[in-house]
This record gives sequence, structure tokens and C-alpha cells, in this order.
Amino acid sequence: MAAQAITQRVSVVRSDAIQRLLAFGALIVLFLVFSLASPNFLSFDNVVGILLATAVNGVLALGVTFVIVTAGIDLSVGTVMTLSAVMTGVFITNWQLPVPLGLLAGVSTGCLAGLVNGTVVAKMKVPPFIATLGMLNVARGLALVLSGLKPIYFNDTPSFNSIAMGSVLGGVIPGLQIPNAVLIFFFAALVANWLLTQTVIGRYAFAIGSNEEATRLSGVNVDGWKMGIYALAGLFSGLAGVLIAARLNSAQPSLGLGYELDAISAAVIGGTSLGGGEGTILGTVIGAFLISTLTNGLRILSVPQEWQTVITGTIVVVAVYLDIVRRR
Amino acid sequence: MTIFKLLRVVAAPLAAALLVGACAPASQPAAPAGQPAAQQAAGSDVYIPLISKGFQHQFWQAVKQGAEKAAKDFNVRITFEGPENESQVDKQIEMLQAALDKKPKALAFAALDSKAAIPLLQKAKDANIPVVGFDSGVDSDIPVTTAATDNIAAAGAAADKMAELIGNEGEVAVIVHDQTSRTGIDRRDGFLNRMKEKYSKINIVDVQYGGGDQLKSTDLAKAMIQAHPNLKGFFGANEGSIIGVLNGVKELNKEGKIVVIGYDSGKQQIDAVRSGVEAGAITQDPIGIGYKSVEAAVKAIKGESLPKTIDTGFHWYDKTNLESDAIKPLLYN
Repeated sequence: MAAQAITQRVSVVRSDAIQRLLAFGALIVLFLVFSLASPNFLSFDNVVGILLATAVNGVLALGVTFVIVTAGIDLSVGTVMTLSAVMTGVFITNWQLPVPLGLLAGVSTGCLAGLVNGTVVAKMKVPPFIATLGMLNVARGLALVLSGLKPIYFNDTPSFNSIAMGSVLGGVIPGLQIPNAVLIFFFAALVANWLLTQTVIGRYAFAIGSNEEATRLSGVNVDGWKMGIYALAGLFSGLAGVLIAARLNSAQPSLGLGYELDAISAAVIGGTSLGGGEGTILGTVIGAFLISTLTNGLRILSVPQEWQTVITGTIVVVAVYLDIVRRR
Repeated sequence: MTIFKLLRVVAAPLAAALLVGACAPASQPAAPAGQPAAQQAAGSDVYIPLISKGFQHQFWQAVKQGAEKAAKDFNVRITFEGPENESQVDKQIEMLQAALDKKPKALAFAALDSKAAIPLLQKAKDANIPVVGFDSGVDSDIPVTTAATDNIAAAGAAADKMAELIGNEGEVAVIVHDQTSRTGIDRRDGFLNRMKEKYSKINIVDVQYGGGDQLKSTDLAKAMIQAHPNLKGFFGANEGSIIGVLNGVKELNKEGKIVVIGYDSGKQQIDAVRSGVEAGAITQDPIGIGYKSVEAAVKAIKGESLPKTIDTGFHWYDKTNLESDAIKPLLYN
């Protein structure tokens, strides 16, 4: 039994490594191709632009990775992000509460929405697709209701914008003006990686995704851990909500639809299996970078937008296909 | 989602029936049920539904405001609804269907896809329900009139301003909300054609589409500025697009180096115009669009003749006339 577990683990690590290598290789190839095609691609400002464009989708993808590892899905991450952004706006601008309280409100809103998802999935046994599709609509509606159909601006609190757009790093090392949003994303990725690989929540996520019934029979409180995992995904959505609000200096209530698909794509490109039981944070981070690098490079080359979407769509399917081939 | 639609369609008559059941016996026991209650519920028995392209965007809220004002002035009852985003052609068609089922006296409609709606509009015509187009035209002669901004002329005026401000030569980039809607096409072509006809030294280096999404338009604008380091001007064809352009210019520290011209209003855009980061913008008259479409519908019910189009006008605003009496009422925050 133990030996079997070990070999399984080894094979998981190895196949992940191949997938990661593949995605990472693709990222390098993209960088090379775009750099050769346009002299404007590999500039410091543009690379920072790519990093910044990754931040929001990347944070969403981190959260959704946990859920997908359990063989679940979370379609609500995009609109929960919007709801969290609006909640932050309501706290900071409408109620004029201190900025940290607004951040807390945003992140907690996301976490709460995730907990509701988890409860509906784990306790009420509603399939994750339907439960989170419901939440997608509920969160979108609530965001519109709470905002009164209008964007909420953060003009009275300039410190809020600097959460995403200020540069702590630039203050320490002059010239290295990398916006905080990028650092927050990297930090969130480190925390997510630690949670997924070093803690019990990560281990049970893999166990539930590999064989939920066996996990339950071995005495694990599967329902409880599932709720925790959906709440964790919600927490990351809440963080993404704060980031998008800070970057746009406003909470835009009608944004967010479609963001869930980009987040899921990032995780899947990075080797997280929709069948559950497999996935890495590094893979997801690379997947998110791959998407934003592709989008940015195609724009720099002035490829018509309709073709940009065709190319991005094709890449996602190819990535999933490779995942299937690898598993045969 | 279809379930919600179904619920909405079912719920309205159901609620009406409940209302009848609850009120009729109490208020007028002898009268036949239904009639008195229906009259009680409505302030006026002339009902005109407005099917818009959206409801959450502030532009549509301003249109709604104008429509409500006209409803009060002409003593009619209106409803104002639209799909959640401007790609949901199917949802809009369902709303149009539901509105027609209520047998209104007239109908005002802003088509997302003007051809998709024609069968239903034909049904309206057959039932003698006059249709007033608003905001963007329908490619058919069913609507008795259309109250809209001449977007081609308005975008042309933006091009003239751009040419003037960059000294009639140099590179210009454009972000449009989408490549399929009437307003997207008209504003893009209005801008591009004017440049081609009148300003041979101005080079439009790129036209991209941001879906009106502020974040996506921001990253898009940044990539375009990176790709064209000599860019002298940037035109954003709606509010979401221009916010993206402004963010992109700001994040790359190009304030003042690129002439930014926008469309519509909104707080962020107005602030940028006031501070000079944005040279100016074209504003439509959303309140006028709403008001004039209801006014036209009322006239159509009375059988008055109407012109084929009602031009609701557009205006250029910059920091010099931002606070003027002519412009201020047209801007929304």
C-alpha cells in the first residue's frame, strides 16, 4: 500500500514535470518568436506590462486550481471578484471606512461566497458546475445591486490605487519599477504553493480529487475540507477583486463575466487535470503567463483581434490534448 | 438562464392575476374582475415599453432618465429594460417578444443586431404597434422613425479635432468596443474615413477592440503604445475603451505626450479632461435620445407623421466648455 502510494506519487511528480516543461518551453518559444518579430516586445516596460496583465487572472487561477484538483470546478470566480471589488468600494468610498477595513471586506466577501459554494456542493450535493454557475449569477446581480449600477471610484483615497500600482520594489531598488500587483501575485502564488504541497488542505484536495469515496472511507471529513477549499478559492477571488479595483481605481460592477474561463484555462494549460487529483501552482502560474504573453505579443504584432481569439482558443485545446496524450 | 427568462415571462401575468384576485373583490365587489384593478395599477393606460441595448451602463441610465421625463410630460407609462451586455442578442430578442406579448400601444427599440429583430418587428407592424428605433438604426423600413446620434459624423468630428491637435501628421491608434455593433462600426469608419479623406499625412497604425472592458482595454492600450513608440494620438470610441487608453497612457508615463480623444462621458473621463490628460471627447445626448424616442412614440400613436430619422445631436467638449450650460447636462458621472 505504502509502496504503491510512493510510486504513484513519483509518477505524478514526473508527469507534472513534463507538462510543466512543456508549458514552460512554450512560454520560452513565445518570448523568442515575439522578440524576433517585433523590437518593441522585449522592452522592460512591456515585460512589466505582461506581468501586470497576468496579476488579476493569475490570482483567480490560483484559487480555481485548488477546486479543480478536487475534481470540482468554480465558474463563479470572475463575478465573485467583481462583487468583492464592489464591496471594497462600498466600504472605502460609500461608507468612508479606513482602507485596510475595505481590503478585509473585499477579501472576506470572496471567502464568504466561496464558503457558500462549498456548502452547496458538499452539504447539499449540488454538482459544482451548477452550484458555482448559480453563484456566478448571484454575485453578478449583487454587484450591480450594491453598486447601484454605477462604478464606485476611489478618488478620495489615493493610497488605495498604490496597493496595485505603487512600487515598493522601486523604492528599495531604484529603476526596478515593478508594480505591487505583480509582487502580490507572486506572494499569493508562494502561499498557494505552500498550501497545496505542504499542508493538510492540499493533501486532502489531491486525495478527494483522486478518489473521493476512498478518502471518505478512510475517515477524512471530506465535506468539511471541500467547504474549506471552495472558501479558499473564494478568498483568492476576493484578493483579485481588491487588485482589479486598485488597478482601475474603481469598482466596475459590470466586469467579470468570462474571467472565470481565462482562469480555468490558465490552470489547465499549466497541467491541472479537470479530472482532479493533479495540478501544481507553478504550472498554473506559467499557464497564466502563457495566456497574457500570447495576448500581448499578438497585440504588439497588430494581429486582428478576431484571429487573436482563434489562436488563444486553439492553444487551450492543444494544451488539454497534450495532457490527455500524456496520460495514455 | 432560460429558467429565469421563463420565470419573468410567467411571473408578470401571474402577479397581475394575483393583484386582480386580491384587489378586485375588496375595492369594487360588483365590477367584473380585472378591469378596475388594471386601471388602478397603471397611472395611464398608454403603455410604451423601451427595449434598450443595456441597462447597467451609465449611458443607458441617462437614456432611461430622459425617457422617464418624457413619460411624465406626456402622461404615458413606460418600462425600460435591456440585456446585461451588448453581445446578448438572443436575450434582447426574448425581451422584445415579452414586450410585444403585453400588447403595448407603441414600442421603442435599440437594436443590438438590427437584422435579428426584423421578424418580431414585422409582427409588431402587423399588429399595428408603431416601432420607434433609438440609439442605433434597424436595417428595415418598419420603424416609423429612429432617434439616434449620427455616429459617423460625430467620429468624423473627433478625427478633425485629433488632426488639429497633433498638427495634421503622425501616428494615431484607435480602440473600439467591438467590430460588429452598429455604433462600433460607425464610429470606427467615421474616424478612419475622415482621416483618409482629409489628412494624408496621418497614419492610423492600429485599430483594436477591447469589448468595452476597462481592464482588457488597459492592457490592450499598453501593448499598442509599446508597439508604436512614435504614437502621437489615441482615440477611444466608447467609455470603456477610453478608460483603457487613459490607464495605459498613465501607467506608461505618456501623459501629455499622446493626444487622447474619447467618446461619451463618465467620471474618470471627465476628470481626465479636466486635468488635461485627455484633450477632449465627443458626447452624445443620452437624455435627449430617451426623451425624443418616447415623444416620437406618443406622436406615432396619435398618427402624426414623423421624419425618418431624428438626429439627437453630438457635441465636442474639453476643459474650456466642460462646465458650460450647453455641455454639463449631457455629461454623466
